[in-house]
Amino acid sequence: MPQMYYSHALREALIHEMDRDERVLLIGEDIAAYGGAFKVTSGLLERYGPRRVRDTPISENTLVGLGTGAALMGLRPVVEIMFMDFIALAMDQLVNHAAKFFYMYGQQRPVPLVVRTPAGGGRGYGPTHSQSLEAWLMHSPGLKIACPATPADAKGLLLTAMRDDNPVLFVEGKLLYQEQGEVPAGDCAVPFGQAREARAGSDLTIIAWSRMVGEAVIAADALAAQHGIEAQVLDLRTLVPLDVESIAAAVAATGRAMIVEEGPTTCGVAAEIGFRIFETAFEYLDAPLQRVCGLDAPIPCAGALEQVVLPERSRIASAAYRLANA
Amino acid sequence: MSAAPSPALTSPDRLRLYRQMHLVRRFDERVMELFGQGLIKGTAHACCGQEASAVGVCAALGPHDQVSSTHRGHGHLIAKGGCVDRLMAELFGKETGYSRGRGGSQHVAAYEVGFLGSNGITAGGLPIATGAALAIAHRQEPHVVVAFFGEGATGQGAFHEAVNLGAAWKLPIVYVCENNLYAMGTVISQTSPVPHVADRAQGYGIPGVVVDGNDLDAVYAATVEAVTRARAGAGPSLLECKTYRIYGHSKGDSERVYRTRAEEATWAAHDPLVLAAARLRADGLLDDASDAALVAAVYDRIEQAVEFAKTSPDPDPAAAATGVFAGE
Repeated sequence: MPQMYYSHALREALIHEMDRDERVLLIGEDIAAYGGAFKVTSGLLERYGPRRVRDTPISENTLVGLGTGAALMGLRPVVEIMFMDFIALAMDQLVNHAAKFFYMYGQQRPVPLVVRTPAGGGRGYGPTHSQSLEAWLMHSPGLKIACPATPADAKGLLLTAMRDDNPVLFVEGKLLYQEQGEVPAGDCAVPFGQAREARAGSDLTIIAWSRMVGEAVIAADALAAQHGIEAQVLDLRTLVPLDVESIAAAVAATGRAMIVEEGPTTCGVAAEIGFRIFETAFEYLDAPLQRVCGLDAPIPCAGALEQVVLPERSRIASAAYRLANA
Repeated sequence: MSAAPSPALTSPDRLRLYRQMHLVRRFDERVMELFGQGLIKGTAHACCGQEASAVGVCAALGPHDQVSSTHRGHGHLIAKGGCVDRLMAELFGKETGYSRGRGGSQHVAAYEVGFLGSNGITAGGLPIATGAALAIAHRQEPHVVVAFFGEGATGQGAFHEAVNLGAAWKLPIVYVCENNLYAMGTVISQTSPVPHVADRAQGYGIPGVVVDGNDLDAVYAATVEAVTRARAGAGPSLLECKTYRIYGHSKGDSERVYRTRAEEATWAAHDPLVLAAARLRADGLLDDASDAALVAAVYDRIEQAVEFAKTSPDPDPAAAATGVFAGE
């Protein structure tokens, strides 16, 4: 199986689907000639022309609305929002429009729209270019949310996103773009709502998504090497739909669970997952639930501060060690 | 703009549009009565007084052309060919409503007649309509989109973003402002630095046209020109229909403290239905008897819609949280 960068895997998915489905078109700021801020769409203008790869004004709210309107008319637009922080500018069209239209207008017509956006910190971009805002959108019924952690899932989940009849927020890990991994050739769509065991282990379960999966695996490997503690790492892949069944099964098997989230602690996705565990697997818990999340602070530029605010492998390992011994 | 010849409306067309304006008027008057009787709940915004812009604009459109609407959208839907039974049922919260009772007055779509939806967010429909125009341009179809909005929407970034993008890409869309002077209770002169919404068009390099929004023929002619331009690939226009809502902002606004009864009287003398009727009479197409018969038929039609709504089933409570996602 070929090794491929996460960013190239995303591009493979776009190419695969644009070749297959004439209705797919790309809309975003600097995605055409520039190739996207993170070069995911590099070369696609040359391949598909300006009719299907469209540079736009800097108008995030209208870009999402544009995609929604085009989707209602039967196209399958993929809108890129350059940084997930800029989703804030598009919240009205995402939450009040795209997410609600199918239900609100009596299920007459679906909105097959994908909104791709890079999330996460770790590059010193600071408070407005580093956030992970999945929790906001998970709180808005009608949006699916995919968060691939590996190059294979980047391709596989994006293929599925483009074929889904619903609006999908597709969260890309900013630090993952340059990660390499095996990616199947051809059509390797990965279904939504099926978590993946990223690392086997029987002492505790670490639940994560996007970049935190890799951090958790590294932390788990260190824990195994230093203390002989074997942590299972569960990669959720999609937050909506959420694979509660696999979460509950994993927790039932290990009896100890920890959730790792890059976004801030309060009202985060981790809080929701924790409650789902309470509802579905409480009787299996041998120790209180733990979470390792971003601190409740803006994400600072300075590396010395950023690494404190964001969760990372050593904080995950320490918490996992405590949980295993709780 | 240069005056382009618009296809003349035939006599039957003119009578049909006049009847349609009455249908819109009676629909929303009846809705307010039903609110008073407690038969309709929630909220609704009557477009009485603004019938000529809804009907005049949509008269210039074909069945494959698309319309996006506002919170005050009953007239737009009826003018685009929507069914008053299903619209009334929606206001009653019934399963037979266009949105199966999920949307209510402000959230109605009727895709089969090219109605992309009324919209509870001020200016929310403009990006959607612009996206529909993008799809039409993308497929090189000969259709156009009309985005209705009120003058209050010009305070929103979505208005400026959408018009800017539509103009930059020369999309087949007409941005139609129904300027009824008041955004809820705030007069436009307090919130806009320019006297006409159409003046905004200069900033986007597109034609900006002011028209008497209560004059059906004038609205129709201006729309035909803008639509012709859009179909030809020359891009959007901004058409401003100067109009006035007879009643308050919504059902709760009976006092209308922000405007005078004298101002209302001035506009009442310029009622779009009265204007249209006078022209039809002058041209020998309408007399007392035929006018009365037409209005009576409209009243009957609306009563049928009320009956349809009353006798329609409520949505199934067990389905309240279903249908959030397609295909599940």
